Amino acid sequence: MIASNPAIQPNPAIQPNATIQPNTERQPSRERKRAVSRYGMSIDLDRCTGCGACMVACAVENNIPPAHEGATARKGITWIRVFKVDNGEEGPARRSVFVPVLCQQCGEDTPCVHVCPQQAVEVDPATGIVGQMPERCLGCRYCMAACPYHARFFNWWDPAWPAGMEKTLNPDVAPRMRGVVEKCNFCHGRWHAAKERAAAAGKPEIEAGAYVPACVESCPTGAIRFGDLKDSASEPAVAAKDAHSFRLLEKLGTEPKIYYRSKRDWVRQVAAAPKPPSGKENARG
Amino acid sequence: MDKQFITRGVKRCSSGKFLLWILPWVAMLIFGLYSAGLCLVKGLNQTNMDNRFAFGLWIFLDLTVIALGAGAFFTGFLLYILKMKELRAVINSAVVIGVVCYSGAMCALAVDVGQPLRFWFTFWYPNVHSMLTEVTFCITCYLTVLMIEYLPIVLKNRKLRDVPEFLVFEHELHKLIYVLAGVGTFLSFFHQGSLGGLYGVLRGRPFAFREGLAIWPSTFFLFILSAAAVGPSFVLLTSWLVQTISKKRLVKPEAMQMLGRISGLLLAVYVLLKTIDTLVWINRTSPGNGFPAAQYYAWHPFGTWILFTEIALLGMVPALILLTPKLRARTGWLVSAAAMACCGVALNRFVQTVQTLAVPTLSFDKFMTYTPSWQEVGTFLAVLAYGVLVYSFSFRYFQLFPDERELKLEVARVEEEPALVGRY
Repeated sequence: MIASNPAIQPNPAIQPNATIQPNTERQPSRERKRAVSRYGMSIDLDRCTGCGACMVACAVENNIPPAHEGATARKGITWIRVFKVDNGEEGPARRSVFVPVLCQQCGEDTPCVHVCPQQAVEVDPATGIVGQMPERCLGCRYCMAACPYHARFFNWWDPAWPAGMEKTLNPDVAPRMRGVVEKCNFCHGRWHAAKERAAAAGKPEIEAGAYVPACVESCPTGAIRFGDLKDSASEPAVAAKDAHSFRLLEKLGTEPKIYYRSKRDWVRQVAAAPKPPSGKENARG
Repeated sequence: MDKQFITRGVKRCSSGKFLLWILPWVAMLIFGLYSAGLCLVKGLNQTNMDNRFAFGLWIFLDLTVIALGAGAFFTGFLLYILKMKELRAVINSAVVIGVVCYSGAMCALAVDVGQPLRFWFTFWYPNVHSMLTEVTFCITCYLTVLMIEYLPIVLKNRKLRDVPEFLVFEHELHKLIYVLAGVGTFLSFFHQGSLGGLYGVLRGRPFAFREGLAIWPSTFFLFILSAAAVGPSFVLLTSWLVQTISKKRLVKPEAMQMLGRISGLLLAVYVLLKTIDTLVWINRTSPGNGFPAAQYYAWHPFGTWILFTEIALLGMVPALILLTPKLRARTGWLVSAAAMACCGVALNRFVQTVQTLAVPTLSFDKFMTYTPSWQEVGTFLAVLAYGVLVYSFSFRYFQLFPDERELKLEVARVEEEPALVGRY
């Protein structure tokens, strides 16, 4: 299985017959009539160095306040988290990979959408992006319980910035109040700005490359790529057809729009395994 | 001091003794209110819940007390719809238990949500696909029904009966009791089921996800059945506790045994269906989602013991005890079995709430544990203290057990025949 490096043994936690799901994306059963774009992302795990630039850029772009002094890793807000995952081996056979995990923008029966009691979560038919409306959120956190990717975050504290730092806030993004849930929305403020620019230029739609989330822009190795999955020439659409691509928890049928790619077999096997190889903490940030 | 408020023909302890009884509960309530106040003012950062453990002690408490409070609707259903007259002896007590459980759960929920002032959003922007919407609507409606059912009990108070208008109003309300029992049963079926459905529909949580019938997962039906099974058990248990603490005979043995028999019968059906559901889940649902069920029990302390305890020890065993007439006739066995049944359902709600969130879904995530903060425990205790206080005041000033006077006279007779004492 891992022919490139005989020192690396298969992880015992991985089932020998575990197979990677085919990359051909299933057509949603109920194609939305007004759907114009289906924005998605591809993340090349072989390129990710785990530098965390995406996390910082995301926080700055989306006005995520500095962590409260009482916050723990489990109570912090990081729309994108980078996990350090290893192959379960020790010594020279040990190999690691960094896996950025953000809202996977599920496309089919989105788990968080149908559980929200007051329609504070919705899939934008024009973009396919799963949006969260903090102004309508009750803070019941049912959507957090429903999300298999743990990609939703609750505002446990009032947002606060050190004196002077509030001047750095992004005017296109409203900070969220205490007691509501938030998550990655592919930098919706940027989408609005791109839409306005396109309208000003007399174009009906956003051109490819005119709308890019902050994490994509900040990645120094170009590991994160963004585009319209309906555009067969876009990088995520190309990545979706790559034999080395996979999606997280694809077996649950949530049709995520984030495609991960790695040429290393063990990475794909670990991602597809039903159970963590060890109980230790992997998340960074 | 308060004798004019106490029902004629029954005896209650002195005011001083009653004050001593309620004092620790009041202290607990004050502590709990302070804890809840901290959470409301400073925010949910006062709790040990986090982004992974979005639900914790309070949701477990809500699910459990609502299941235990099911005695109100189910006893009403059995008495007013199925005409089981023996249960008239406990119906008032069951209504008070229902009021306490449901209002307590609502209070805990108000603290649990991040934006309590937005509670009305659910009614204004309802998502008809969400089980939580159904729960919110049904519980709110049912609590209103319970309050209307509680009102005649209050208005029967000795002093309040002196007001003719109250007497007329109480009489008119009583005419509605059959309608209220029907409406209460309908609403309860839905919200008990929807509480189960809350977890069963979580396709992103293979530990909780269940297949089902149409839009309802199997947990929808199992929650209805389990609540209907333990509701009578909790009424039985409460009646026994009140009898023991007040040192009075309040309910005829026949009524207690009938509650036990009904509970046992429903519990047996529940255990059977729960077993089938678990087997389907282990062999089809969970592996079908790519998660072998055995892995959920590889994380300590949630081993397979929890499944055995829930289904066999706290399900099958009390069901068998309650279905065996000889054992049911003995107070010790009857009460122990009822307590075991209640614990079994509490364990089921704990598993649904806590184990579901503890088990990781991503293969590179980790198993996590959660310990509630003192503020969470304090709020939990506030609900408990509130329940005890409402019940204590209701027992003292209202006629919760209509057979009490008759049994008091019987006790007087029995005292002349000591051999009969202590038997049901």
